[in-house]
Amino acid sequence: MSSSTHQTSTIGAVGAPSRRNTELALLVFAVVIPVFAYINVGLAIDGSIPAGLATYGLSLGAMAALGHLAVRKLAPYADPLLLPLATLLNGLGLVAIWRLDQSERLQARPNFVEAAPNQLLYSGLGIVLFAVVMFLLKDHRVLQRYTYISMLVALVLLLLPLVPGLGVNLFGAKIWIRVAGFTIQPAEFAKIVIAVFFAGYLMVKRDALALASRRFLGLYLPRGRDLGPILVVWAVSILILVFETDLGTSLLFFGMFVIMLYVATERTSWIVFGLLMSAAGAVTVATFESHVQQRVQAWLDPMREWELSRQGVVGHTEQSQEALWAFGSGGTLGSGWGQGHSDLIGFAANSDFILATFAEEIGLTGVMAILLLYVLIVQRGIRTALAARDPFGKLLAVGLSGAFALQVFVVAGGVMGLIPLTGMTLPFVAAGGSAVIANWALIGVLLRISDTARRPAPAPAPNPDAEMTQVVRP
Amino acid sequence: MSELTLTVMRLGFLAVLWLFVIVAVQVIRSDLFGVRVTQRGARREAARPAERAGRQAAAPQQQGRQAAAGGRRGRNTPTKLVVTEGTLTGTTVALQGQTITLGRAHDSTIVLDDDYASSRHARIYPDRDGQWIVEDLGSTNGTFMNRNRLTTPVPIPLGASIRIGKTVIELRK
Repeated sequence: MSSSTHQTSTIGAVGAPSRRNTELALLVFAVVIPVFAYINVGLAIDGSIPAGLATYGLSLGAMAALGHLAVRKLAPYADPLLLPLATLLNGLGLVAIWRLDQSERLQARPNFVEAAPNQLLYSGLGIVLFAVVMFLLKDHRVLQRYTYISMLVALVLLLLPLVPGLGVNLFGAKIWIRVAGFTIQPAEFAKIVIAVFFAGYLMVKRDALALASRRFLGLYLPRGRDLGPILVVWAVSILILVFETDLGTSLLFFGMFVIMLYVATERTSWIVFGLLMSAAGAVTVATFESHVQQRVQAWLDPMREWELSRQGVVGHTEQSQEALWAFGSGGTLGSGWGQGHSDLIGFAANSDFILATFAEEIGLTGVMAILLLYVLIVQRGIRTALAARDPFGKLLAVGLSGAFALQVFVVAGGVMGLIPLTGMTLPFVAAGGSAVIANWALIGVLLRISDTARRPAPAPAPNPDAEMTQVVRP
Repeated sequence: MSELTLTVMRLGFLAVLWLFVIVAVQVIRSDLFGVRVTQRGARREAARPAERAGRQAAAPQQQGRQAAAGGRRGRNTPTKLVVTEGTLTGTTVALQGQTITLGRAHDSTIVLDDDYASSRHARIYPDRDGQWIVEDLGSTNGTFMNRNRLTTPVPIPLGASIRIGKTVIELRK
């Protein structure tokens, strides 16, 4: 530190070790913790070790092993933390979903289906996709070639739920499509694809967006025509909000664009504009869209909503208040696995409201740890962006981790009553096939960028001159 | 199941979960506080006066490590390339005997996002004696070392600034 030669921070990987063994050790840890929780649930509910333990433990172990081998083989210099963190969250999510499956209250509901086996299957598919992404994507920089194709693909994915006959309206939001009996949430995949577009686009245009501006009141005001891109993205996200009535997806896309714009141009004014525009958009839409109004009502006065819903008035929800009760009864240390009553939330207890289950059963202490796991994933993503040596990789890593962070914030904030509840799912934890598969793919892309950034440059080709010149010894 | 067992499991689970978080943070500790860079720097700093005094055995440890890390290397050879100006300021690349290419092309080792740089602008490589050489690859705007435009491959002295467009790089120990 005292040395003047070390003024600049060391961002590149100076002879970075691959750290695969660290990853393996952490992975073992990340498999043991959910297995412990699983046994705990069984002991608390039935007083015996659950029968499915072997299946569950072996599946999770196999997933972790597959993920680890894929990284070892395909991205040996990738970040050592991302895979264990994602595995742990996925494992804990599976335990919470399985625990809610055991609830007699939920089993008594009409159209009850066990969600845990499906979620396990989707998690496995997610890991396979994770490996496939790393196998097919040898270098993230090739994605740059598909900048505008990505834009088209993302738009198509976002608009698919509006196609008549394909899109289905479930629970007040049109963000699902039904193909061959499966419901898919295309927005989850669009998230990754659109990050590629934003990164490719901003890399080329960022100088125009950053430099051509006037200074006014301490803010750099961009020229009118440079506002074009942000206006277009804003309009698209408003359209999503109006036609798909999904606040979460809308917020995610606009927020991600603003984050990437800020990172690309280093201009705070974009954040100010972004916040103003999203506030204006949300308020305007809320004046005429009943679905959004209902969410805002439930946010402002959850208790009144709960009472109205109990009285049987249609169009009100009791879940927001019930989630808050779950948080409250969990307290600091929680009731312990399998001993809470978050199943009272009923519908969507294992998807949108799964954080309430964690809050009640492992308390504030546990939820803090879970949120820290997310923070660490995001931190690794941003760190990868810092280490990346090409601007496209930097922007892509920031965009993906920003989207991830935003999604966690939107879901956790919604369940905790900080912001109106939206229809997003907690990454890796909540029940939902598309979400878990897409998030594994996202981690795959991040690991690929991280591998490229930390990989030492290839060894030099042997110098032919050096080979020919032999020293003659007597 | 007895109340006691469940309480122990409940607290045990929280402890294990937090232990994981703490271990994970330990793993990335090097990111937060630097990778022993300061220590190495300090040791080298200590070794420098001794070198000036001309004592061969001044820093045998350091020499041994360098030789192990990068093959043929003298004592005054640089170990890293640092970007000191431009959009990539602060980026470092370890010099481990590999050729480093600079330019806008995205397969370059250091991808320059700079309109004044050519797509394959310059390269930096070690010659047979381990001396680092910079060579301009026929760029449009030229590569400058200490304000002189390069016409032939030139050895790089420690601390000399090499300018490519708006980017300035330096080799450091």
